[in-house]
Amino acid sequence: MAFRLELREKTPIWFNIVLPLSAVMATLLLCSGLVALAGANVFHAYSELFLSAVSSRFNLVETFVKAAPLIFTGLAVAVAFRAKFWNIGAEGQLLAGAMAAAYIGGIESLPSFSLVPLMIIASALAGAGWAMLPAILRTRFKVDDVVTTLLLNFVMFYVMTALLDGPWKDPLSGYPDSPDIRMDAEFPILLHATRLHLGVLLSLLAAPMVWWFIRRTTLGFSISVVGENPSASAYAGISITRILIYTALISGSLAGLAGAGEVGGLHFQVMSGISPGYGYTGIVIAMLARLNPIGVVLAALFFAVVVTGAEAMSRATGVPVYLADVIQGTALVTMLIAQLFTTYRIRTLTTQG
Amino acid sequence: MSNPDYLLSMQGICKSFGAIQANNNVDLNLSEGDILGLLGENGAGKTTLMNILFGTYQADEGKIMIQGRQITIHSTADALGFGIGMVHQHFHLVHRHTVLENLLVGEPGRMGRLDFSGARRRLLEIGEQFGLTLNPDARVSELTIGEQQRLEIIKALFGDSKILILDEPTAVLTPNESTGLFEALRALAEGGLGIIFISHKLHEVRNVTNRVLVMRAGSVSALVEDTKEVTESDLARLMCGHELNPPKKNTSKLGDTFLSLSAIKTGGSTPQKLKGINLSVQGGEILGIAGVSGNGQKELADVIAGVLSHTEGTIEVKGEIISKASPRLMQKLKIGRIPEDRMTTGLVTSLPLYVSMVLPWIRRSIFSRFGILRKNEILSFTSKMIKRFTIQATGPEVKTGTLSGGNLQKVLLARELAFEPEVLLASQPTRGLDVAAAEFVHRQFLSLREKGAAIILISEDLEELFALSDRIVVMYEGRIAGETKINDASVEDIGLLMAGATFGA
Repeated sequence: MAFRLELREKTPIWFNIVLPLSAVMATLLLCSGLVALAGANVFHAYSELFLSAVSSRFNLVETFVKAAPLIFTGLAVAVAFRAKFWNIGAEGQLLAGAMAAAYIGGIESLPSFSLVPLMIIASALAGAGWAMLPAILRTRFKVDDVVTTLLLNFVMFYVMTALLDGPWKDPLSGYPDSPDIRMDAEFPILLHATRLHLGVLLSLLAAPMVWWFIRRTTLGFSISVVGENPSASAYAGISITRILIYTALISGSLAGLAGAGEVGGLHFQVMSGISPGYGYTGIVIAMLARLNPIGVVLAALFFAVVVTGAEAMSRATGVPVYLADVIQGTALVTMLIAQLFTTYRIRTLTTQG
Repeated sequence: MSNPDYLLSMQGICKSFGAIQANNNVDLNLSEGDILGLLGENGAGKTTLMNILFGTYQADEGKIMIQGRQITIHSTADALGFGIGMVHQHFHLVHRHTVLENLLVGEPGRMGRLDFSGARRRLLEIGEQFGLTLNPDARVSELTIGEQQRLEIIKALFGDSKILILDEPTAVLTPNESTGLFEALRALAEGGLGIIFISHKLHEVRNVTNRVLVMRAGSVSALVEDTKEVTESDLARLMCGHELNPPKKNTSKLGDTFLSLSAIKTGGSTPQKLKGINLSVQGGEILGIAGVSGNGQKELADVIAGVLSHTEGTIEVKGEIISKASPRLMQKLKIGRIPEDRMTTGLVTSLPLYVSMVLPWIRRSIFSRFGILRKNEILSFTSKMIKRFTIQATGPEVKTGTLSGGNLQKVLLARELAFEPEVLLASQPTRGLDVAAAEFVHRQFLSLREKGAAIILISEDLEELFALSDRIVVMYEGRIAGETKINDASVEDIGLLMAGATFGA
């Protein structure tokens, strides 16, 4: 017996659901060895991991709150990767957005009602602006976008820490954090006694909008086409430069919005730890979702559940919280393998005779 | 029963893909010194049969024997191990590497080290034995297409192959290169190899093979034991199941000059490929452009399509000078284009068919409004085109890349003809197509001509140029080397111009 991969003509629609699910199942199976190694009952640990995140209203809301920035960065990466604009820079664009939001939210002279909308717009513009740089470098000078987007993350991070250590340091606390934004700049809370803020709602609205944008607009159409075959696009009269710039603008603004949510809805200031790598996790999420915007929401929620649940699991069973990281990493690998089946089918070879 | 004298014997091969029976009880025998033609339309099952032999697919039923011994082939490595070498239509070479390095790809080497001196020796051996010579240290990117193919053949022979399969080997070659290939194949057969020559070009099969196996719809429709005893039209009938029906050219009325180029040069930072091109084309005529590939035809097409900008000279469309050409402007001026390489510059193979079908037209108001796609119109347009051009596709949502070459070309034709171009620029439009598909393309060109459009046909296939063109110009080293009316043209004159001769010189 031997196996062989054969090309598929068409990918069945139910694959979009079954594949990620089997990838998650395989992930849990693979990680169960580690759980057992940590001396815990596998079923007990997993039930803590998953049930705690949904067991109370508070935990459920927290899961959504944790998912919000991941949804935004996941969408940012999904849009960019469709055009094969390799935006590894959602992290830096998020920081740019967060700083823009915190800056606007601290301006005393602005009228109260304008604060929240302006913060949202400013964060999107800041993210877009920071993503423009690598896009221009790539389209005008053919500089590799993987390298530039990645390195610009560090540039933005150190610009931020320099500001926080210097001119932007909160004079009241003396910590390397920015001053708090105005009270009336804080994002409205949608559910009493929780942290369910406006940014969470925006992230959930953004996903179907991005889906519609990719599927139903000429720009979205052009983004997919340029990503899949740039030279056919050029011959068909589509300007690749323009499409890549637009892609960078959209991708960057989505990543910037992640920053607005974190500042306006959770922290009310910028500090150096404002993003524990949301921009990078967004890449994993976008891949897990196969660049599908709705899939991004599900993948982000899965990651949020794992992160929220890991603490409860750790308390109850003694399995270290780092299992959450292992699960996230393994999920990427299993999903990449599962993706193989969307383009190929497995054939069993029997011996002739 | 099987004859142990056969070098290769395939018996009762069956293979199906879902509901499609690609091979149905196919027998094939090959002796030493044989050049067996494997003839059939696209989709007749030739490629499937060869892929089974080469280990890419596994037969559902049937057996394969080499020198009387039954074998199973699970992989390409197995096939190579049994002495089966294959030269694919599309080359698999590493362009930045040298000839020698390409030969060593996949070789085990000695103790982890590449055996350069051994490879050099073997290359010389093959050169002496069969007259296939190449400079071992030349980079592949420096080789002509014909030389690249020679390298592929040498690669196939490198591991002491006894059986050589060539899949449509002349699809990429000029007439002269093809002649050279045939001489090499005859030498190989004399050296004791068995050769399978896959083609749908009748005159080539007549020319080079000594036996022909004709396939139709997955089965063997005929086995010709001596090629000399059949004519091309016999072969055509066996292959298609009916007589050939080449399209007739009616007289058409010449209209206004739609497009004219004068003293067009390219260059600037890139090497100068066009060195002063003058040509013009009127409505109702087909202008053929002949020439060995690489003499500026591609650049000329790119300039007319607006993809490449010229540095000197002027382009006029219907009397108006175009100062800054771009693909979109040329589309607006009703200049359609069928690019040379349909997979890379024409279609988007990884996306659904409807995407490829409307690609240049997506901004038209029937397909989008205010930047929002009108999906229903796009889908129904695609379905309409599928019907009108008899494209074999299950629907507008099927992935473009799953269509066969002939159908992909029909997609391009449908797309470019849909909005009635006034000038159609077609580069190598029938390269790699079977007879029926090529006839279909030709018929479309002629009917477009009768409707009063101008067609610029860039082709290396002289038969095609002579059948369709009203005028033929020959390109040589970035210039127009000569022009003749079709009635005054002779293949000999055109051939001389292609090789660089000038009249009156």
